[in-house]
Formats: sequence, structure tokens, C-alpha cells
Amino acid sequence: MIEGALWRKWVYFYVPLILFLIFLLFPFYWMMITTFRPDGELYRPWNAWNYTPFWTWNPTWAHIEYLFRETIFGTWLWNTMFIATISTMISLVCGVFAGYALSRLKFPFAGGLGTGIFVTYLVPQTLLFIPLADIIRDYRLGDTPWALILTYPTFLIPFCTWLMMGYFKAIPKELEECARIDGASRWKAMIYIILPVAVPGILSAGIFAFTLSWNVFIYALVFLSSPQEKTVPVGVVSELIRGDVFFWGPLMAGALLGSIPVAVVYSFFVEHYVSGLTGSVKG
Amino acid sequence: MAQVSIRQVNKKYDDFHAVKDVNLEIHDKEFLVLVGPSGCGKTTTLRMVAGLESITSGEILIGNTVVNELPPMDRDIAMVFQNYALYPHMSVFDNMAFGLKMRKFDKAEIAQRVKDAADILGIEQLLARKPRQLSGGQRQRVALGRAIVRHPQVFLFDEPLSNLDAKLRVQMRVELKKLHNRLGTTAIYVTHDQVEAMTLGDRVVVMKDGWVQQVGDPLELYNAPANRFVAGFIGSPAMNFAAVAVSERDGALWAENSGMRIKVPAAIAARMNSHRGRNATLGIRPEDIHLATPADPSDVCFDAVVEVVEQLGSEVLLDIKVGSDTMAAAVEPTLRAKIQEQLRLALNPARLHFFDAETETAI
Repeated sequence: MIEGALWRKWVYFYVPLILFLIFLLFPFYWMMITTFRPDGELYRPWNAWNYTPFWTWNPTWAHIEYLFRETIFGTWLWNTMFIATISTMISLVCGVFAGYALSRLKFPFAGGLGTGIFVTYLVPQTLLFIPLADIIRDYRLGDTPWALILTYPTFLIPFCTWLMMGYFKAIPKELEECARIDGASRWKAMIYIILPVAVPGILSAGIFAFTLSWNVFIYALVFLSSPQEKTVPVGVVSELIRGDVFFWGPLMAGALLGSIPVAVVYSFFVEHYVSGLTGSVKG
Repeated sequence: MAQVSIRQVNKKYDDFHAVKDVNLEIHDKEFLVLVGPSGCGKTTTLRMVAGLESITSGEILIGNTVVNELPPMDRDIAMVFQNYALYPHMSVFDNMAFGLKMRKFDKAEIAQRVKDAADILGIEQLLARKPRQLSGGQRQRVALGRAIVRHPQVFLFDEPLSNLDAKLRVQMRVELKKLHNRLGTTAIYVTHDQVEAMTLGDRVVVMKDGWVQQVGDPLELYNAPANRFVAGFIGSPAMNFAAVAVSERDGALWAENSGMRIKVPAAIAARMNSHRGRNATLGIRPEDIHLATPADPSDVCFDAVVEVVEQLGSEVLLDIKVGSDTMAAAVEPTLRAKIQEQLRLALNPARLHFFDAETETAI
């Protein structure tokens, strides 16, 4: 906190903070206001006398109704949830075990392997989808949720592994040594001691992985074609932009409703999530 | 209860030889302390006994069993770590019960043992708390409790008091001693603090650079250090050393340098024949130097200039300049010395130590 006169606090702290918040929250506000604004206001010319871009006097549910009545938004939402949950779980299990092994077990090339896994995370999805498309076709997985459930881990596992490696390294190795002297095998020491201690880290990795897979666009666009298999990001864009006509109201309603589950997950785990980022185990 | 034998044990990391040819016999019920500066191999030795480090060569026996290949859980030992290593997600009770649960003791037995240990350590009222709600001293007690509930054959302590503040450390030291007297379990204790080593150990092992320097009971190390390193490491304030030339005159050996000329007592002189006409290192503890009185023969006296005066109450610690050497002397608290004052001091010839100038071993 800045010490001194009140005006210094305002100039150096509150004003920049407020500007930053406006900058950060404006897109969300825009998304929300567009969702509830009637079409008549949305497509009003900018120089009309009653043009009010930042608020509305006639909020409406019409766009949300349209979304659920005229498109299969509910199905997309369910698809996205299902795919994100399963692929997050797969990646979390693999990432936790791999991260534990890479940070705790001594074996040849452990360091190089850790770096190698991280490098695979850096391969851009826009390149990787080309060979993956081949594989998906060969295994006849195209246009099924499994196309995404099995391809998302290609970037989620390296991500989780890397995050968990760092977290495991921060746990004092004496905890595990003590457990092993106390009579636990390496496996039991991991299950009873290390994993419970690592719960904040596991939750952080899970939330990040869930958000990442919720938002994936390119894989979902390439591997899915029928409308009833699509995820929210792809479904909304492909069904609500027809030619050069943007259905702004339903588009924004879809974006708003699509971000609610992520927001719920975040706020639900926020306690653990924050402690996972800031603290680990000391003495 | 059991004895521990460490036979010709070596530990090599890729390019670092951490422990070299260590041979130790720890008797049943003995409290053995490994002491030395950091990096001397004492912790590595302890961890090899625990089974947390592999043994490069040699063998370790607990009881009469060679344990080289046994995993830690099968060695029937308990270890207390410097950072306590309490399981942060478990209550104090569960921390102490963990080892017993892993070994499938029944519930009543576990509750009884934890209660007994908690009684001994005075932590009954803390059993429901989590480690983060405890003070440093309480955590240390829980760590001890976790070790004693198991009734292991051997206790291993890895600098357990280093994280405590000075006052608590003294208190816990006394309690550890009492605990050992009460339980009688064989214990190996690693520390870098020579005061802990002297006060706790039945025997003390001094290590440096992976080598065992000397093994003996505390007074043996204090009175008859095997080499210059042990002499300097054991005792506080540390022993003074001065390079001297040894020469023979009037049928006696004399140790001389720029500030003093001391007659070597006959008992030591008999061992110093081969050092005649050569250099040696003279060692004298600060507490063996006193203000010269007429009763002191002139061949144990020397002149010194006071550089620093430290009043400790029970004694006065003087930093003095003797010729070109700086020394410390612990003298009577009644002495009112001033800085730059010239004093005539005497040393106790029976307490002189001599070390070979090259090998640094005691003569």
C-alpha cells in the first residue's frame, strides 16, 4: 500500500486500479449488455438521436430464448462439459503420476524427459491438428466426442505434468522419507502423504486444464462436423454467423452462458486454487 | 533395542566421495553423536543407516542383520528430521499414529501408545490440532512422539534442534537426555553444534571431509584431541593455536615463537624427540590461561597486549596479542583489563597440546 497523503493514494493506486478494472471488465459488460438488448437497439445506426451503446432501457430475454429454441445450444453445452470433464480427468491422472515420477524418482534422463514433455506443449495446435486429423480418420473417431477427448490430452498432459512437477518439488522430501521410515512403501507414501498435501496443486492444474479444454476452438472445428456433436465455441460461431450476417444478440448470449460453467468452477475451487498458486507446505 | 555396526562404509556420488571408510560400533542403549562442520558426511552416514541413501561399499548392521538392501520401512528405526517433517494434513494424533497404522496395529493399541507418548512429552492437549497450529517446540515434541510410539530399535536424529531458538534448544536438549535415560533406545544423533554433541553424547564421533577424525567420550575429545581439527572444533571458545619452533636447551625442550618461550613438560617432551629442531603447533585452551602470579614459573609465562575485553559475568574473555599471534584467554571476572593494557599471563603446562605442523595429528 502506498503511504502518505490521500491524493497520492488516489493518483498512484485507486485511479490506475479503476482504469485497469474498466479495461478488463468492459468486454464482459459488452457481452452482457448485447445479450439483453433488443434487436431494434442493436442495429440502430450510430448517429441516430436515441443511440445508446452502453445501456438499454428495454432489456429482453429474446436472444437467450432464440439460442435454446432455434439452435441446439443445450446439446453443445452438454458436449463441451462432457468432453472437458473427461479429458481433464485423463490428463490430471497422467499429469499427477508423471509429475511425481519426474520430480521425485531418480532415473536416467529424468531432467531431459521433463523438458521434452514441456516442449511438446509448445507445439502449436494449428500445426498439430494436421497429423492428428489423419489419426482421427484412421481410427474412425471423426465426428464423435472421443476425437476431442483423446486429442485434448496432447496439450493438457504436458501442461498438468509441468505444473505438478513444480508443485511436487516444493513439498519437502523429508515428508516422504519420514513416511517411508514410518512403514509406508513408496506407493503408500504417495497416496497417504504426498497426494493429500498436493491437493491445492492438483486442483489448480484441474481448473486450468478444464478451462483450456473448454475453450479449445481449432480441434473442435476440425474434428467435428454435425451440429449435434459440436461444442459451444464452435457451435455458436458456425450456427450464428451465416455468411456475413452476425446474429450479435444470440452470439453474445451463447458466449455469456458458455462462460458461466467456467466461472462456477473457478469460484467453487477458488479457496484451494489461490492457495495452490501462492503457498505450499512449510515445516 | 539393538547395536548398530557400520563397517568400512563408503558413499560416492558421481564425482564426490562423501563418506570415506567409516567404521563405527554403536552399542546397545548408547547415545552416539556425529558432529562436524556442514558437508563432513555426518548426515549422509545417518541417512545410510536409515536406508534413505544407498551404500556404495561396506556394510551396515542393525541388531545382527545386514540392512544394506533393506528398505527403510523394514529396518525398525525411527527418524526425527530437522524440519520436523510433520504431515501437514493430519492432526497430531494421526501424525503419531501413522507409523502404527501402516504396520496394522489395532485401534486400541494405537490409541494407548499415542496416549503414552503424549504423556511423556506433555502434549496430550494438542492431539486434535494440526501441525500449523503448533509452535516450533511443540512441533519438535510431536516429531519426537511420532518416533517413540513405534518402540523402534534405533532412533536417528538429524539436527532436530537446529530450527529452535537458543533458549528452547537448551530446554529440549535436557528433555532429549531425560527421554533417552528413560527409554534407553539406541540413538544416533547428528549435529553441527559441539555443545549439543558434548552434552548429549555417551560417545561423540567427530567427522571432517568424509573421514572420521576421532571417536571418544566427550571428555576424551576435550582433553586428548587426536588432531588439530578436533582440538579446534570441540570446546567453546575454541582452542588457541600458535606455530612454534621446537628446540633443545639445558636438557629440556622449548617451544618458541615471536611472543612466547614455553618449556615443554617432560611428559610431552618424551614424545617430541623427533620434532626437535622442527616446527610444531602449540595448542592451549582459553580457560587454561590465567593471570600470572609469583607462583608460576617464568617458563610458562608470556606477555600479551589486550585487544578486546568481553565481560561474560562468570568470566572475562580477552582477545590478546601474543607476539604476532592473536589468542583468546578466559580469566577471572575480577580482572579489570583495559584495551591496549600489557598483561603478564601464564598457561597451565599440564594442559598444553602439541600438533605436528604437517600432519596436524596430536603429538
